[in-house]
Amino acid sequence: MTALGAVRHLLWKDLLLEWRGREILTAMVVFSMLVAVVFNFAFSPSPDDAARLLPGMLWVTLAFASTLGLSRSFVLEQDHGAIEALRLFPFDPSLIYVAKLAANLLYLLAVEALVLPALAVIAGVSLRVVVGPLALILVLGSVGLVAVGTIFSAMSVHTRIREVLLPVLMFPLAAPVLISAVRAMLGILSGGSLGDVGPGLRILVAFDVIFLVVGYVVFEFILEE
Amino acid sequence: MRAYIPSTGTRVRAIDVAELTKAFGPIHALRGITLTVEAGDALVIFGPNGAGKTTLLKTIATLIRPTTGSVRIFGVDPRTDIRLRARIGMVSHQSYLYPGLTGEENLLFAARLYGVPRPAERAARLLETMGLRARGRDPVRTYSRGMVQRLSIARALVHDPPLLLLDEPYTGLDRQAAAVLTDLLAAMRGTRTIVLTTHSIEQGLALCDRMAILVDGLVAYEAGNGTRDLPAVERIYAECVGAPA
Repeated sequence: MTALGAVRHLLWKDLLLEWRGREILTAMVVFSMLVAVVFNFAFSPSPDDAARLLPGMLWVTLAFASTLGLSRSFVLEQDHGAIEALRLFPFDPSLIYVAKLAANLLYLLAVEALVLPALAVIAGVSLRVVVGPLALILVLGSVGLVAVGTIFSAMSVHTRIREVLLPVLMFPLAAPVLISAVRAMLGILSGGSLGDVGPGLRILVAFDVIFLVVGYVVFEFILEE
Repeated sequence: MRAYIPSTGTRVRAIDVAELTKAFGPIHALRGITLTVEAGDALVIFGPNGAGKTTLLKTIATLIRPTTGSVRIFGVDPRTDIRLRARIGMVSHQSYLYPGLTGEENLLFAARLYGVPRPAERAARLLETMGLRARGRDPVRTYSRGMVQRLSIARALVHDPPLLLLDEPYTGLDRQAAAVLTDLLAAMRGTRTIVLTTHSIEQGLALCDRMAILVDGLVAYEAGNGTRDLPAVERIYAECVGAPA
């Protein structure tokens, strides 16, 4: 069994279970849409303010929505001891982290594909000419968010207060990712190019790499006992 | 009381546990266990609740890191060679199954991750053996407790492991399913190493060549081949655990 093959089978299992149960995506999408509507009523932004507020509204929504998905991520493994069974397979246990991260990333990207247009419509901001740069920022920010979130999701699943513990542990570490993503997106929506938001993108890439490497290395120890 | 009767011959040791301890904070689950099981032997472990049976099996299966002491599986430290896990099949108190997947999908998932050639064939054969063919395409969440246990056993066998660790595998099985499991284990005797924990002394003695009684994280008694005298073993067990026979 190759590493890629193991990740493929693990990911297929997660997506199949989500397709049948639709627990994670439903919660994330409904929550995100509700927050988008609430933000609109709360701020009632003018057309000038809308572009300035949109990145913050979007990433706050995504950060909280991601915790809904992440907190469920390992519950299905915990319920019947499946996480133990995964550790009995003859491959590096860190591949479980890679597969979980991939599943969580796909869920978050799916939510973003719905929420960003919805927020843009509500705020009256046209995204047509900036879709490419925004997509890049969204992917980089999402990788960082789920990379750190998947680690803490695995850590908190053994606790009774996992829904509370996860954001408390996750947000302080994910803050640089969120701040960089908001700033980069703000730069793009203000008419800047990818070159103009280069420093923010480099921070995002750096944190993505750090979280991915740390997650991969420590995951085996998180799973034990 | 300790009557250690070593296995004979020059077969490879399937399990070699030396001075194994495991502490969970202030709780000492294992307190210096030394145990060997030769390849092809079947060992039954008896013991009251909390004796350390499950901890011992999970430590052998590499699921729990020992506090001190060592575990070697087929002569190798399982923590240094991940591939060794492919030689271990485990039935635990938990089913290790996904209720949202069908019985067939659960077996296919495990078979593929163990790298079993022709996983679909293997899954179909195991479903047939365990009497689950008719329900193979139903989600596991619709199964009865006994059916879940049968599927859990099939899952442990999906990669045809030479070492089977069975933690109270008869739990939840009806008479017919228990007979199927007994027949399966009987057919495997001599060709696979089996370590079984059970509260049924009669069932354990019928299936295994050797027995051990675990009390408070220690091997209180160990006996070899030919231990078939049920009343005698029941008396020894009662003495070991300090209960009336």
